[in-house]
Amino acid sequence: MRIPLSAMIGLFFTAMYFFIAIFAPWIAPYGLTESVGDVWEPMSSRHWLGTDSIGRDLLSRMIYGGRTTIFVATAATILSFTLGSILGFFAAVVGGWADQAISRFVDLIMSMPSLIFALVVLSVMPVTMTVLILLMGLLDSTRVFRLSRAVALDINVMDYVEAAKLRGEGRAWIIFREILPNALSPLVAEMGLRFIFMILFVSTLSFLGLGVQPPAADWGGIVKENKEGIIYGVPAALMPAIAIATLAISVNLVADWVLNRTTSLKGGRG
Amino acid sequence: MSDLMLKVRDLKIGATVYPPNAKPHDIEIVHGVSFDLDKGKVLGLIGESGAGKSTIGLSAMAYGRGGVKITGGEVWVNGVDILKHGIGDLRKLRGADVTYVSQSAAASFNPAKRIMEQVTEAAVSQGKFSRRDAEARAVELFDKLGLPDPENIGSRYPHQVSGGQLQRCMTALALCPQPDLVVFDEPTTALDVTTQIDVLMAIKAAIRDTGVAALYITHDLAVVAQVSDDIMVLKMGETVEYGPVDQIINNPQEDYTQALVSVRSIDHEEKAATPEPVLTVSNVTARYKGTNFDVLKNINVELHPGQTLAVVGESGSGKSTLARVITGLLPPSTGQIDFAGRTLSPDLAQRSKEDLRELQMIYQMADVAMNPRQTVGTIIGRPLEFYFGMRGAEKQKRIKELLDEIEMGDGFIDRYPAELSGGQKQRVCIARSLAAKPKIIICDEVTSALDPLVADGILKLLLDLQKREGVAYLFITHDLATVKAIADSIAVMYQGEVVRYGSKSKVLSPPFDDYTDLLLSSVPEMKLGWLEDVIANRKMESAGN
Amino acid sequence: MHPILKLVVQRVALSLLLLLAASVMIFVGTQILPGDVAQSILGQAATPESLANLRAELGLNDPPVTRYFDWLFGVLQGDLGTALTNGRDIGESLGKRLGNTLFLAFWAAVVSVPLAIFLGLLAVRYQNRWPDKLISGVTLTSISIPEFLIGYVVMYFISVKLGWFSSVAMINESMSLGQKLNAIALPVFVLTLVVLAHMMRMTRAAILNVMQSAYIETAELKGLSMFTIIRKHAFPNAIAPIINVVMINLAYLVVGVVVVEVVFVYPGMGQYLVDHVSKRDVPVVQASGLIFAAVYIGLNLIADLVSILANPRLRHPK
Repeated sequence: MRIPLSAMIGLFFTAMYFFIAIFAPWIAPYGLTESVGDVWEPMSSRHWLGTDSIGRDLLSRMIYGGRTTIFVATAATILSFTLGSILGFFAAVVGGWADQAISRFVDLIMSMPSLIFALVVLSVMPVTMTVLILLMGLLDSTRVFRLSRAVALDINVMDYVEAAKLRGEGRAWIIFREILPNALSPLVAEMGLRFIFMILFVSTLSFLGLGVQPPAADWGGIVKENKEGIIYGVPAALMPAIAIATLAISVNLVADWVLNRTTSLKGGRG
Repeated sequence: MSDLMLKVRDLKIGATVYPPNAKPHDIEIVHGVSFDLDKGKVLGLIGESGAGKSTIGLSAMAYGRGGVKITGGEVWVNGVDILKHGIGDLRKLRGADVTYVSQSAAASFNPAKRIMEQVTEAAVSQGKFSRRDAEARAVELFDKLGLPDPENIGSRYPHQVSGGQLQRCMTALALCPQPDLVVFDEPTTALDVTTQIDVLMAIKAAIRDTGVAALYITHDLAVVAQVSDDIMVLKMGETVEYGPVDQIINNPQEDYTQALVSVRSIDHEEKAATPEPVLTVSNVTARYKGTNFDVLKNINVELHPGQTLAVVGESGSGKSTLARVITGLLPPSTGQIDFAGRTLSPDLAQRSKEDLRELQMIYQMADVAMNPRQTVGTIIGRPLEFYFGMRGAEKQKRIKELLDEIEMGDGFIDRYPAELSGGQKQRVCIARSLAAKPKIIICDEVTSALDPLVADGILKLLLDLQKREGVAYLFITHDLATVKAIADSIAVMYQGEVVRYGSKSKVLSPPFDDYTDLLLSSVPEMKLGWLEDVIANRKMESAGN
Repeated sequence: MHPILKLVVQRVALSLLLLLAASVMIFVGTQILPGDVAQSILGQAATPESLANLRAELGLNDPPVTRYFDWLFGVLQGDLGTALTNGRDIGESLGKRLGNTLFLAFWAAVVSVPLAIFLGLLAVRYQNRWPDKLISGVTLTSISIPEFLIGYVVMYFISVKLGWFSSVAMINESMSLGQKLNAIALPVFVLTLVVLAHMMRMTRAAILNVMQSAYIETAELKGLSMFTIIRKHAFPNAIAPIINVVMINLAYLVVGVVVVEVVFVYPGMGQYLVDHVSKRDVPVVQASGLIFAAVYIGLNLIADLVSILANPRLRHPK
């Protein structure tokens, strides 16, 4: 199997970010909260990205921030995928009132923008990491539900699924051997997109002051802490933009490749 | 001035292909085709899918569909080589001198505009007629093409008329600007056989009355024989044989043409009914959930061991629903089904594994009847494992035997369905059902999606397997030629009812009921003058009434 | 009744029902979740008496159903309640801010909608060639960066480095239209970048879908000019999907506004909502949340209605 260059680049950067996130304490040159210099020092050999609004090493903040952001996004993606795809498959295969009930509830949740919904809930809930992950995962599982239900419904009416039913196969065989292998690629590709969305979501919440709380660092929070510097021409607040964009584009490239592999499998001769 | 309308010389057509996991590259799809067409004559272009016939037809308008482009040769229309034209001159030609009728009128009409506006558009915008004259001409054509209410049908929207009517409107659209040449691209393929004959008659009369020349493209030799003066047989972008219709039909020179002419002439001796039918459908009535009419009304048929019952009907006749009822996918509202001496439970979920094993099914679209993620070995092996508990070497041996039976060989075991041709896919599906050692196989339009010669191969294989394995077929089809080739008994269905049922010889001999008569007389025969005979017969009958 | 009218009525009724359900959800979300409003207003140091007093004052001792209906009927009569933090009438504060937000969103739409449609057409015209690839490359990047970061990048380069526009977008009633537009130039630019990507991609897909139809080929084979084909055959069929795309993206815009207002310290609804979420001012959050939901549901409703009205099969039934 040949991996195209774009996917290689995507895979490399995605892997690199996860590596840094996992080994942050060993990689970061300074501690998360130590004040090691002046306010907003420029880039130097001591502080590659300079220092932040209260003199902490920005590179270390970015590395620890990436760890938090990626952890929250990953946990929320896993939650939203597990919940969304299980419910979606269940609704598609079982059908009937169970399907109706879940689908209408999802319609309702999706009738409001996720950010507004999150703000409403966060106005009364304590803002902790667990609440954030649960909230983001639950809100986003509606989208995964819709996708996996649609994909499973499409496959469920295929003649090969009917052939399996006529053969007398059980529900487990039909879901795991007939439907799942064919649904996997679109779902994996979607997982990449959902993960990016989670990164953007948690960054936005933190930026608004309703996400990860200081002194813990995350990419959105770093922008919030350093935004005053912008007016004085200090680009510290822009560093997370580069990090988020490269991570998001890398994941996108991988997702694109996964999707393309599916379509080429469906096509081919005949 | 000569009578030569269209002269094509050494036409070469290329296309860019975008294969997955490889760079896009150019290939040649038509390799130097030449022909002549005189004014007022009809040339039939015939071939299987991939022969390049539509592409050649569109070259008469110097048009390439998608990434297709004309790479060489000459196309002379009325004494001018149009391949030298710029787009401006081509626009004057298209829709004025040369017009086009597509296979799917439903897709070719703009859904947002009334029919009249679309039919007259080319004639008016090309300056051939004033709007008023063009509309008068359109009404005249609607009348000539046998459309109901010709005065007002033009004010309807495309979705408000039936498929057969829309196809006639498309013909009116092509004829309205009074062109010199019309390209008919499979104009009747998407229609039911009884509708097809009406449209065919209308097209033939319109060609005759307007004196227009035509290129008639189809995969059905029997159809093209009715309307053409000359026929060109194409295969893989090359001319196989080119000559007058009489010679091509009655004295074909090339093997390929002979095969096309003799297609469906499989000889099959009808077998007599046995005392013990293997399947008895009694008084079955069924409807789909949430609807308020019966799609099947009081159906009674029998299938004898080792024989074939053909269920024939047009779209909407309920023939595929009958298959769903027998397999248990749609429990009937009344009636019962007896199978091998026991009564089958109406619902699939209640049936025993033995019932399921002995009653297998093959589908029309082999593409989607196989899981694209499973290899041929897995697909054929699963029933062996599931019904007989076969494992390992024993299973592998049996898979190889089955592949031999469908004339494919064990080289295919590790292939995926996407790597097989259409005929091979259908063969694998046959092997999968054979693996269960069934008493009955339900075949739902198994040959309709295939080219005629490939379909013939599948039918021969099925007959062969029947002889060896003694399996009975319930063969569902809309194609009477197929029925004649393989059936022992026939049930003709119309609007949810069996209107005629019995042994093949009995069903196919007169006296007929009205519908069977219409159906039988509508099937094009590989015979010159067949269409005229039918028209004459029908006129006599209606005069007699 | 004409079937299309029936569909429209059904769709409108469904949207109202959805809005009602959304109001229930907002209410439930802010009242029944474990956090206690009185506690969060007064903080951990609050005495039991002051807590009890505040609860009584807020009507927290009534059963939730009663409180919901009190709130709902109030909203229906235009009474949005009073803010806990400053005791002001919410309707009054919101009115002005809603106007400001709509002003910003309106100008963002005025810039982005024609631009997105134009770029979509351009991408179709040069499909798979460099302009198409460039446009999709840029849009891929812009959807990979959160709105607020685009805002700061724009602020850093245009406002701080180039010194072209002010980095804060303050507006008030005494300003002329020109001054106001100058003030909101940067937020409008950012919002345009935010929605442009989606809108352009979806427009491209909608137009391509129409241009690949068989009836466009029929028109070409009639010898019609490209312009006539687009005007008479492509446009009537593409307009509904495009309006649909626009409406869905305006709904996205509503969310983008919240964040962009915070970035540029713009006195609109978004900033107001975010401020009061941090202050845990529940009545304000409820009122703003409901208004955002109403706008969002309304825009989606318009998108649906356009699709229904533009469908010739529904307009001219058999």
